[in-house]
Amino acid sequence: MSASEREPILKVRDLSVEFTLGSNGLFGGKKILRAVKGVSFDLYQGETLGIVGESGCGKSTLSRAIIRLLPASAGEAVWLGRDIQKMNSNELLDLRKDIQMIFQDPLASLNPRMTAGDIIAEPLKIHMPNIGKAERAVRVAEMMQKVGLLPTMINKYPHEFSGGQCQRIGIARALITNPKLIICDEAVSALDVSIRAQVVNLLMDLQKELGISLLFISHDIAVVRHIAQRIMVLYFGEVVEIGEAEQVTMDPHHDYTKRLIASVPVPDPKVEMERREERRKLRRAAAKAA
Amino acid sequence: MPGLTGKDQVLTDYANKLAVLDAPKGRSLTQDALRRLSKNKAAVVSIGIVVLIILVAFIGPYFVPWGYSEVDWTSIRKPPDFDKGHFLGTDQNGRDMLARVLQGTQMSLIVAAVATVVSVTIGVIYGAVSGYFGGRVDSLMMRFVDVMYALPYILFVIILVVMFGRNPVLLFVGIGAIEWLTMARIVRGQTLSIKEKEFIEAARASGAKPFAIIMRHIVPNLSGPVVIYATLTIPEIIIAESFLSYLGLGVQEPQTSLGTLISAGAPVAEVLPWMLLGPAAVLVTLLLCLTYIGDGLRDALDPKDR
Repeated sequence: MSASEREPILKVRDLSVEFTLGSNGLFGGKKILRAVKGVSFDLYQGETLGIVGESGCGKSTLSRAIIRLLPASAGEAVWLGRDIQKMNSNELLDLRKDIQMIFQDPLASLNPRMTAGDIIAEPLKIHMPNIGKAERAVRVAEMMQKVGLLPTMINKYPHEFSGGQCQRIGIARALITNPKLIICDEAVSALDVSIRAQVVNLLMDLQKELGISLLFISHDIAVVRHIAQRIMVLYFGEVVEIGEAEQVTMDPHHDYTKRLIASVPVPDPKVEMERREERRKLRRAAAKAA
Repeated sequence: MPGLTGKDQVLTDYANKLAVLDAPKGRSLTQDALRRLSKNKAAVVSIGIVVLIILVAFIGPYFVPWGYSEVDWTSIRKPPDFDKGHFLGTDQNGRDMLARVLQGTQMSLIVAAVATVVSVTIGVIYGAVSGYFGGRVDSLMMRFVDVMYALPYILFVIILVVMFGRNPVLLFVGIGAIEWLTMARIVRGQTLSIKEKEFIEAARASGAKPFAIIMRHIVPNLSGPVVIYATLTIPEIIIAESFLSYLGLGVQEPQTSLGTLISAGAPVAEVLPWMLLGPAAVLVTLLLCLTYIGDGLRDALDPKDR
């Protein structure tokens, strides 16, 4: 990958997100929670950037700030040369077409009162209102085939699908507008291990075929290592390490990354026993440092 | 809608094939609920009785020998008399009670239906908007509801009647305009929990406008509590109408309603019991059935908390 020679499609510079927690009592004063603290990274066309970190480290908040579902308190996110924070409503609509999201809970991210076909067609209705009903139906059917669903399931409701199938509907909905970037927010965490592999492979195949970029958010570094070319490690809202997936996983520089990698289980009890000792050592070192 | 791309005509056949021939219909949540409801015997029987009452109230008057305002000078204050066609007796003015009960039921049902539709429409939209936007909009809209709650609705109806004169339509609007308050609160609460769901975030991320989100994603998911509350509102409205008519603010003579009939029959229940029994039996049956339907719907729409 000669990523450095090209212009990044998404440039994030010193992005911070703050939440104001309600003041406690009359004289409590307002508390400010800084969920994301000055994160910077670049994302190139056709690339997968994995974002890893433990629960509550600001991964999801960061992704929502990038697409302006949450306001950023400082810094900027530049999409194809335009600052997302300063976009007007037309530009924002274009952005919503170009950046789609896949969510964690496959069933909860689908409206239970709509059929699979309607759910997948919704972004089409918003972004391409001019195409006819028939063409829309055909596009939906083609997209369903592409993500591994039978087009005959078009009239079924979300509760009639399995978790993996629901996530495929979510992926189809994200892909239908031909986006340039898809943000996968813990997209496979809620899935069973075997189905997780299927969905991850589906995402990788689709990426190869369509040349889209992925921002793959997960707390599971093993999955991220499999899908991402580059990995960014977040810890309490800050970037502690960013680099090629190979380098981050094989030769981590930061203690936190080392601990993350040590926490991935190995399917061999003997090796696992040795590693347990290693993990304890790392934890003790971390405790001493803190 | 014709496609701009021109591909539409070519693709229509293919699309029809996809949509009709080999795509089995899914089982929607509503169908699920109806299936569960149809297994609830009390609810099914109640629905049958309510439908019967509605049919009789609207078609019955054409088959009754006497009109509701027609006076039979030969039988005043008479118990049921099958030869003359007074199946439920006559009142103090010699009017046929059966005809009056039918007309009263009709009037009460119309008031209940219109007022319910008014209160559901206003309540759902108001509550959903308030809950979805939250923050300052929410506080402002809900404080308005609180203020309205504090006004006695009798006062409200009296003001309406004084301003616009006596008119049954006003009665519907007046009652509906008060009943929506509770509906708005219920809907707002539900909206607050629904808007945190991921599918709302998904819709926002794909660029749906707030109004589209409210209408397409939030309102359909409110149907459970709304339907249940609406069935429970109907009896409340029938009673409110009876009360207003009793005060002389509602339906006026010679027209009548169940409430008016009961209030006329109650003082003479000892000497002319048929004047009370007829309308009271209809009202009690109607209210009981609606309550059973409401219960059945609650169980059917929300099978988790029974």
